[in-house]
Amino acid sequence: MNKQSNTYTVIYIVVLAAVVGAALAFTSLSLRGKQTENADMDKMRQILASVHITPAKGEVSADFSKYIIGQKVINSAGDEVDGKAFDIDVANQIRLADNERKLPVFECRLDNGTVKYILPVYGAGLWGPIWGYVAVDSDGSTVYGAYFAHQGETPGLGAEIEKPAFSDQFEGKQLIKNNEFMPIAVVKAGQKPAGDEDYVDGVSGGTITSKGVSSMLANCLAPYRTFLINLSK
Amino acid sequence: MADKISNKSVLFNPLSKNNPVVVQVLGICSVLAVTAKLEPAIVMGISVIAVLAFSNVIISLIRNTIPTNIRIIVQLVVVAGLVVIVDQLLKAYAYDVSKQLSVFIGLIITNCILMGRLEAFAMANRPWASFLDGVGNGLGYTIILVIVGFFRELLGSGTLLGYQVVPQSFYEAGYVNNGLMILPPMALIVVACIIWVQRARNKDLQEP
Repeated sequence: MNKQSNTYTVIYIVVLAAVVGAALAFTSLSLRGKQTENADMDKMRQILASVHITPAKGEVSADFSKYIIGQKVINSAGDEVDGKAFDIDVANQIRLADNERKLPVFECRLDNGTVKYILPVYGAGLWGPIWGYVAVDSDGSTVYGAYFAHQGETPGLGAEIEKPAFSDQFEGKQLIKNNEFMPIAVVKAGQKPAGDEDYVDGVSGGTITSKGVSSMLANCLAPYRTFLINLSK
Repeated sequence: MADKISNKSVLFNPLSKNNPVVVQVLGICSVLAVTAKLEPAIVMGISVIAVLAFSNVIISLIRNTIPTNIRIIVQLVVVAGLVVIVDQLLKAYAYDVSKQLSVFIGLIITNCILMGRLEAFAMANRPWASFLDGVGNGLGYTIILVIVGFFRELLGSGTLLGYQVVPQSFYEAGYVNNGLMILPPMALIVVACIIWVQRARNKDLQEP
């Protein structure tokens, strides 16, 4: 058989593509369940991280149902709408206009009985998406904790936003001043924002990522304005 | 097809004398990308060992059936398939690590070491020798990754595998982490230093 003939080459590559394709499809199908479970688990872990709860390995799902006492979806007018908060992909929602978005809210009760509201945020860093969860006290204004993550920011620079050293700065900051919603700004260390909103120091060497966090907070928390102001009353 | 080189040298040569990174200067791109911290460097190394060993074996098994004019395509298809499988496995069983490495696993496909070994070794050797060659070259790559990652994390962040190793008293005395170590150019300079040391110790590697 002539291995250099066109027929052989074409048949060879078709068969190879079919075999490799089948192998990939099989791997993908057989691992799909496990992967979604991992992704869900990871999301639960991140949500709990915003209220400073670090579940032990294997306890994530149990802790999640223990602390998260309610999930709801609201619109920008603060009214509850249909939907499951956990399944909403914030990445798709931020493309819509404020009043069309479905806004997930996770209600969390801590061991000491206080209730926190956890709001997801999603935006763009320097190299790829960044996201996080912001936990707000039941007064609708004071930030209780924050968690940030990223896909591929520069390690040691922009990637530092996922460290507690950055996210812990948000604790105690106010989202509402004089009944006005004001997102927390992220500014260069030593500088102040133009308005009188609360602010935290950005990551040095990670200017664009820090700006990304700042606009992510402004963009994603603004639609919650009515909900938060209602809480604060 | 005579096995002129012994299996032992096939496995151990790439570790030092014929190291893919510092002697053949292949795969430099990923050395820049994943070595700012030690842990991703180690996982990346293990993934490359796995992909390289198995793609070498597969190509070696089918080497006599591959039409010469599309051999590179065939190699790429096999490598890409394996890399996607490794990526999927990591996502299913080592989710945290896969999150850390993110896009870099996918970039193994374009790692020149793989194409180099497939073309230069697996196309002409038996599966077992090819397997050893894959493991050896993967290890050679990993060693350099770990050395570079060690220095960059230690000097750039003061940590190793995420644990603080530079004591707090140093910082109080005025020591600062070298931010430059975290930036890609320092990976090149560290690799260059390794090459320097390597050539100084092995006179036969020095070009006249």
